[in-house]
Amino acid sequence: MANPTGIGASVRRREDQRFLTGRGTYTEDIKRPNQTHVHMLRSPYAHARIRGVNAADALKAPGVVAVFTGADMAADNVNSLPCGWLIHSKDGSPMKEPPHFPIARDKARYVGDIVAVVIAETREQAKDAAELIDVGYEDLPAVVSLRQAVDGSAAQVHDEVAGNLCYDWHLGDAAAVDAAFAGAAHVTKLDLVNNRLVPNAMEPRAALGEYDPATGEHTLTTTSQNPHVIRLLMGAFVLGIPEHKLRVVAPDVGGGFGSKIFHYGEEAIVTWAAKKVGRPVKWTAERSESFLSDAHGRDHLTHAELALDKDGNFLALKVSTLANMGAYLSTFSTSIPTYLYATLLAGQYKTPAIYAEVKALFTNTAPVDAYRGAGRPEACYLIERLVEIAAREMGIDKTEIRRRNFVPAEAMPYQTPVALQYDTGDFAKNLDMALPAVDYAGFAQRKAEAAKRGRLRGIGFATYIEACGIAPSNVAGALGARAGLYESAEVRFHPTGSVTVFTGSHSHGQGHETTFAQIVAERFGIPIENVEIVHGDTAKVPFGMGTYGSRSLAVGGSALVKAMDKVERKARKIAAHLMEAAETDIEVKDGRFTVAGTDKSVGIGDIALAAYVPHNFPLDELEPGLDEQAFYDPKNFTYPNGCHVCEVEIDPDTGVVSVESFSAVDDFGRVINPLIVEGQVHGGIVQGIGQALFENCVYDEDTGQLITGSYMDYCMPRAHDVPSFAVSWHEDQPCTHNPLGVKGCGEAGTIGAAAAVMNAVIDALAEHGVTHLDMPATPEKVWRALNQSRPAMAAE
Amino acid sequence: MSCTVTMTVNGKAVTREVEERTLLVHFLREHLALTGTHVGCDTSQCGACVVHVDGRSVKSCTMLAVQAEGASVTTIEGLAAADGTLHPMQAAFREHHGLQCGFCTPGMVMSAVDLVKDNPTPTESEVREGLEGNICRCTGYHNIVKAVLAGAEAMRAGEPAAAAAE
Repeated sequence: MANPTGIGASVRRREDQRFLTGRGTYTEDIKRPNQTHVHMLRSPYAHARIRGVNAADALKAPGVVAVFTGADMAADNVNSLPCGWLIHSKDGSPMKEPPHFPIARDKARYVGDIVAVVIAETREQAKDAAELIDVGYEDLPAVVSLRQAVDGSAAQVHDEVAGNLCYDWHLGDAAAVDAAFAGAAHVTKLDLVNNRLVPNAMEPRAALGEYDPATGEHTLTTTSQNPHVIRLLMGAFVLGIPEHKLRVVAPDVGGGFGSKIFHYGEEAIVTWAAKKVGRPVKWTAERSESFLSDAHGRDHLTHAELALDKDGNFLALKVSTLANMGAYLSTFSTSIPTYLYATLLAGQYKTPAIYAEVKALFTNTAPVDAYRGAGRPEACYLIERLVEIAAREMGIDKTEIRRRNFVPAEAMPYQTPVALQYDTGDFAKNLDMALPAVDYAGFAQRKAEAAKRGRLRGIGFATYIEACGIAPSNVAGALGARAGLYESAEVRFHPTGSVTVFTGSHSHGQGHETTFAQIVAERFGIPIENVEIVHGDTAKVPFGMGTYGSRSLAVGGSALVKAMDKVERKARKIAAHLMEAAETDIEVKDGRFTVAGTDKSVGIGDIALAAYVPHNFPLDELEPGLDEQAFYDPKNFTYPNGCHVCEVEIDPDTGVVSVESFSAVDDFGRVINPLIVEGQVHGGIVQGIGQALFENCVYDEDTGQLITGSYMDYCMPRAHDVPSFAVSWHEDQPCTHNPLGVKGCGEAGTIGAAAAVMNAVIDALAEHGVTHLDMPATPEKVWRALNQSRPAMAAE
Repeated sequence: MSCTVTMTVNGKAVTREVEERTLLVHFLREHLALTGTHVGCDTSQCGACVVHVDGRSVKSCTMLAVQAEGASVTTIEGLAAADGTLHPMQAAFREHHGLQCGFCTPGMVMSAVDLVKDNPTPTESEVREGLEGNICRCTGYHNIVKAVLAGAEAMRAGEPAAAAAE
């Protein structure tokens, strides 16, 4: 009988008990004896020279313990926050990496850049005192938008970076693309904006620094998706603290979506300041600070052209993208619009030639980095908009044009012209499952029925493929990655047969404590209650890379399997000894070790006891104990893929778009916990719908002030903005190169949804001559598109 | 300036000296160490801080502690039965995977309980409208709505949602 808490079971989450009863422990919940609070004084200017910081009055304010500036950090040799991926330009030159200090030294380069910090007994005292600090700002012209940044006359964010150009990179065969375009029967062209977003994990970032002068040990508790990465970057590069004297803990973390991958200045500030003031130092962002200072996502300007033959077969794709880096290079910023974007431009199609060029530019805005999907939603949106426009222009059904161009399942493994090799995928099957699910045949009738009610109805598709679990490390290293991309796991059997697993992966909503335990329960035939999953503490778990890019199960889960393999290999030897049999005669199933052809067997629990109480144990061959560690470096990316379909209705009088239905058919390889996977898809879809219809991060183009700086101005999707979803998948295309056959599911919804929603919106508007709108399709934008001849609303 | 506030929190009488500007949410978190109530924004938009004051859901960031003088406050820590049995709404959230990172969850559950008190038989659409003051970034609301509908049914039946959902 299958293990009721094993692989494939919708086990209810074990972490829920504490979250549902208010007993989670998030960073802000931790209170240390004698702790102080730090307030970050942030620049109100987008671009200003700092002439001086006078903190005399602040230092006299009640409760103030200390005030520090960039000069104080410089005096202690605090270094720049490093960037984790080196990109080389077309001409072979390395990208420009201007310094990014935790506290600005010469200039403030975006609204929100930290210029001084105040440490006080309470957070209110720190905040009050910060108002007494006199910073001498010399306001400078700001570079805010991508268009401004590429304008030769624009100001320079960094004096040493000419033209604000971080890099000018390319991928693919330009000559082959040009040749294909020359012979094309049809060319579809598109200019689009991939709108800037604010990730908005519901838990604001927070950090708590502690220092023990007796041992010289530093501890940073932080809202991070990857505590070891923070320890390495902050310890080795920023503060010069050796790893054995630096512990980084990421306790319960309230969502990340990429924004908590990066090493932020505030983490270095609290760690450094805790030693300076000899007391714990705590910081928690207010939401307004999160808007200003969390790394933002997306923000591309793109021109693309798709060449087709007369039958609608794709011949070539040509893409030119400007990508906003913000004022400084955040940890993985440079890899997002390159290796996580351009490499995905083949999508699910056998387009034979692709060429992409990407210019990354500095602006006086918050740093931009990975946000759920990270490059892949941008690629999917671009391809899938082009495909539907081409279908309409050529009079081919939107599903048929896709079908003609899909990489066929029998062509796997498939080498794309943009570096990736897909291992598995049956894209036609995804579409075949989706069509009846959404009653595509009945759409015309639904559209006609909507028209009777005065509504415009549209249907949009998005087929996507993503590359998850970036790897292998040596290939990534050759492409500029400055870190390894493996994952670690340790499986520790205890003497009486229960198990603690230490994983380098990190859960901030994904449910590792349940899913990872299911994998162990399945393998050893033990109840899930006997398995504990430990993560998020560099003092406990082996060096791990954390959780991002839908990698936890594909990479961390594989490390777990490798560690379990080692446990089993040792247990087999112990079992052979205990049963006086040859090791080769031992058969293993569900944690039972049996001598083949006999009824002699021993369970993993008894083996664990023998390992820790080794009275009857092959001590001359084996060490006591049953505790194994493994590191897993993937051989390739994994390639989740799917087909998402959205139907919308538009009220032409108001421009309001309502999402009537959304269906997702996905291929995530093997699924461990269906309940959790569905939840991941739901959440991802709403972030994609958010980008398509609601969310937009806007800076004032003249002043660089963040206009959408709170939930009053930045429109988050709420419960009544979205419907329930139809989510399904198939498991017959498992990943071929990891032991679980898993592909990853965390980002899929976000990657497919924005394109599907916008295709549906344009489909609804097409009969009114609208061929493209940039996201978000707000009521005003839709209404204007429908009423182009009427005077602008603002003028009325 | 400080002042004294007295109220009942999760059935226990409490009295504390607080700064007059102390918000109810900070009073709960910092003076009473009830850290289950969260702060997710600074514009009273997100609903992570929802508690019950005299039986009604309130965003505890919109209220000063002194305004709750003499009131009876229930936080997420006080929702389950004394023996630890989850409230039907808590049980429904677990059964239907209505939470992921857990940060919005306390406010979401407290709002849902009050919503169902007002309307014991809500439709899906009424649940969605009723939760408009609570933002969740993880779940896409799908399973929250399912959980609230199941929780409502269980509250009506006076039995755990897990059983009602079978």
